[in-house]
Amino acid sequence: MTVTEDYIDASGGDWDDVIEKAQATSAERLVVNMGPQHPSTHGVLRLILTLDGETCTEARVAIGYLHTGIEKNMEYRTWTQGTTFVTRMDYLTPLFNETAYCLAVEKLLGITERVPERASVIRVMMMELNRMASHFVAMATFGMELGATTVMTNGFREREMILDIFELVTGLRMNHAYVRPGGVAQDLPPGAVGQVRELLKEMPKRIQIMRKLLDENPVYLARTKDVAYLNLPGCMALGVTGPLLRASGLAFDLRKSKPYCGYEGYEFDVPVSDGGDVYARYRVRIAEMEESLKIIEQCLDKLGPGPVMIQDAKIGWPAKLALGPDGLGNSPDHIAHIMSSSMEALIHHFKLVTEGFRVPAGQAYAAVESAKGELGCYAVSDGGTRPHRVHFRDPSFTHLQAVAAMCEGGTVADVIAAVASIDPVMGGVDR
Amino acid sequence: MSEKERNEEAAELPEKQGRERLAAPVKRTGMFGGSTGGDTSGFGGLQVRGSAPANSPRPYTDPDDPRTADFDRVADDLEAALGEDAGAVERVEVALGELTFHVRREALLELARVLRDDPALRYELCTGVTGVHFPDDTGRELRAVYHFRSISHNSEIRVVTTCPDADPHVPSIVSVYPTNDWHEREAWDFFGIVFDGHPALTRIQMPDDWRGHPQRKDYPLGGIPVEYRGATVPPPDERRSYT
Repeated sequence: MTVTEDYIDASGGDWDDVIEKAQATSAERLVVNMGPQHPSTHGVLRLILTLDGETCTEARVAIGYLHTGIEKNMEYRTWTQGTTFVTRMDYLTPLFNETAYCLAVEKLLGITERVPERASVIRVMMMELNRMASHFVAMATFGMELGATTVMTNGFREREMILDIFELVTGLRMNHAYVRPGGVAQDLPPGAVGQVRELLKEMPKRIQIMRKLLDENPVYLARTKDVAYLNLPGCMALGVTGPLLRASGLAFDLRKSKPYCGYEGYEFDVPVSDGGDVYARYRVRIAEMEESLKIIEQCLDKLGPGPVMIQDAKIGWPAKLALGPDGLGNSPDHIAHIMSSSMEALIHHFKLVTEGFRVPAGQAYAAVESAKGELGCYAVSDGGTRPHRVHFRDPSFTHLQAVAAMCEGGTVADVIAAVASIDPVMGGVDR
Repeated sequence: MSEKERNEEAAELPEKQGRERLAAPVKRTGMFGGSTGGDTSGFGGLQVRGSAPANSPRPYTDPDDPRTADFDRVADDLEAALGEDAGAVERVEVALGELTFHVRREALLELARVLRDDPALRYELCTGVTGVHFPDDTGRELRAVYHFRSISHNSEIRVVTTCPDADPHVPSIVSVYPTNDWHEREAWDFFGIVFDGHPALTRIQMPDDWRGHPQRKDYPLGGIPVEYRGATVPPPDERRSYT
C-alpha cells in the first residue's frame, strides 16, 4: 500500500491500514483493485479503479489471468483436434467458436461449397440456440450483480432447456467439439427435433416472463438507463461490434452483410436501438432472442435428409458415435464396417485419426456473428497436418477496451453494470 | 494501369516468376546422402524451396467468383488514394476469395489513415492485428497481419507487413484505430513485435516479468510426460508428427 498526498493505493494489504492512513492524510483519491477474484467480474477480470468518493475517475482493465495458450497448443495438434480447443475459449459460445474455426479451415481446404446442406442447417440451428443461451447468461448474471436474484434463477432456468438440447445432440452441455471441418460430428439423434419444437413452443412464454420482469421495471430502469453510455463513433473507434454496436444505432450484423452457413436463406430482423446505454443493450439482446427463435423454426423446416459430413473420404471425420445406455460412445455399426467389411474405410479411419488431413498452404479469415460480436478466426497453414498459426479475434477481448470509456465519470455501482453489459467471458478474452 | 503496361508486365512474367522462385526461402537442403563426407552424387547439395511469395496479376476480380466482385475497385481506389505513395504496396495477393495487400512497414501508418479516411475506401473497423512467425523466411521472419472491414462498402481486406527478427519494429496504428491498442500489445507479448508509437506497449496476457515471446516458433510448447495405466504419453511437442 502506498500513500501520497494525492491518492491512497488500496490494491492490496489490510483494509484497517488503508482506513487508518486515509484518516491520517488529506488524500482524497483511492485506487481500488477490483478482482481478479470477484463475483461480479465474470471470471478473472481485474479492474483498477481510481475513486473520488463514489465517483470512478479512472478505470483500467488488466487481463491475462485465464491465459491458457490455446492458440499455441493448436499448433501441435491436427486440424480436427483444433475444435476441441477452440470450443473452450469463450465457453458460453462454444458453437460459434467451433463454426468460425471450421469455416476458416474449410476455406483453406476449398470445400466451403461442398459442406452438406443438412450440416449447415444444423450449424445454424445450434448457433442460434447458443445465442439464446449466451444472452440468457448475460441477463442472468447481470441481474445477480445488481441484486436481482430472480432474474438470475430465471435466466439460468431457461438456459437449462437449451443445454438439455445440446446434451442430447452433442453429448455435452458445454465444450462440445460438435462442429468439425467438413460438417458436424454426427447427425441429430432421434427426438432432437421434437425437443427443439417443444422449446419453440415454450420459449416465447419464458422470454415474455423475462420481459415482464425487466422491460419496465423502475428499479431496473434506474440502474440501466443512461448508464455506461457509448455512442456510435466510440464503438467504431474501439472496434465494438455485436449487440453493443447495435444498441448504439447501427444495424450491422455479419449474418446479413457477409452471410455464411446459408444465412442469406433465412428471414429475420436485426434488432437495433439507439439508446447506447445498458438498457438499450438489454433490449437488443432480448429482441435478438426472439429473432433466434424465428431462425430456429426455419431451420426445422429446412432440415432435409442427407449426410452431415462432407462426402470425401480424405477429409470427412470417419468415426460415428452412437447413443448407448451410458451416453455417447463408439458406434458398433461403424466398428463392424471398418473391421470386417471395408479395408479402405479402415485405412481412411486410421490415417485421419492418427495423422489427420493436409491443408494446402495459405491463409484464411472467417468471421461469424457470435452472441457477443464479430468472432474472427485467422488460420495459416504451411501445407501440413497441423496449423501453422490460428488466431482468434474474440469480441470480448476487443470490447473490454471500452470499459474506460464507459465507466469514467460514473459511480462505482455503474462500473458493475457497464462490465456486465459488455458480457465478457474471460475464457475468450485470454484464450 | 494502361493496356500497354499490362502487356509488358505479362511479357516479363516467366522471368519474374523465375526470380521470385529463387528468392523463395529454402525449406530443405539435400535429398539423400550427406552434404558432407563421402557423398559424390551431387544430390546432397539440392535445395528444395518453399512456395514463392504470391503475387497475383490483374485483374483481381474473377467474374466466376462473387466473393472477389469489388477487388479491382478496392485496388484502384487504394492506388488513387495513395497517389505518390502507391509503391507502399509491394504486392497484392488474391486467394480463396480474399484480398491481401503486402505493405512496406514504413508506409503502414499512412496506409491505415488512407484506409480509414478516404471516402472511396472507408474501412471504419479494424479487427485487430496478429503476428505470424516464419523462422525460415529470412529477412521477413515476423509478419503483422491486419484485417480491415468497411461497413459502408461491405468490404473486407487484409494488410500484411513484415519485419526481420533482428529488427522487429512495425509502426503502431493505434493513433488511427484505437481498437488496436490491446491487439498490438498482444502481438508484442506473443511475438516480440515492437509497435513504435504505441502509447504503452506492455505485456497483456503473460506476466510482466515473463521471458520470451511464447507464440514464436522457437519458443517450446513445454509440458511433461503423463503416465496412464502404466504407459507414458510424451508431451505434445515430443509426440510423433507427420508434417
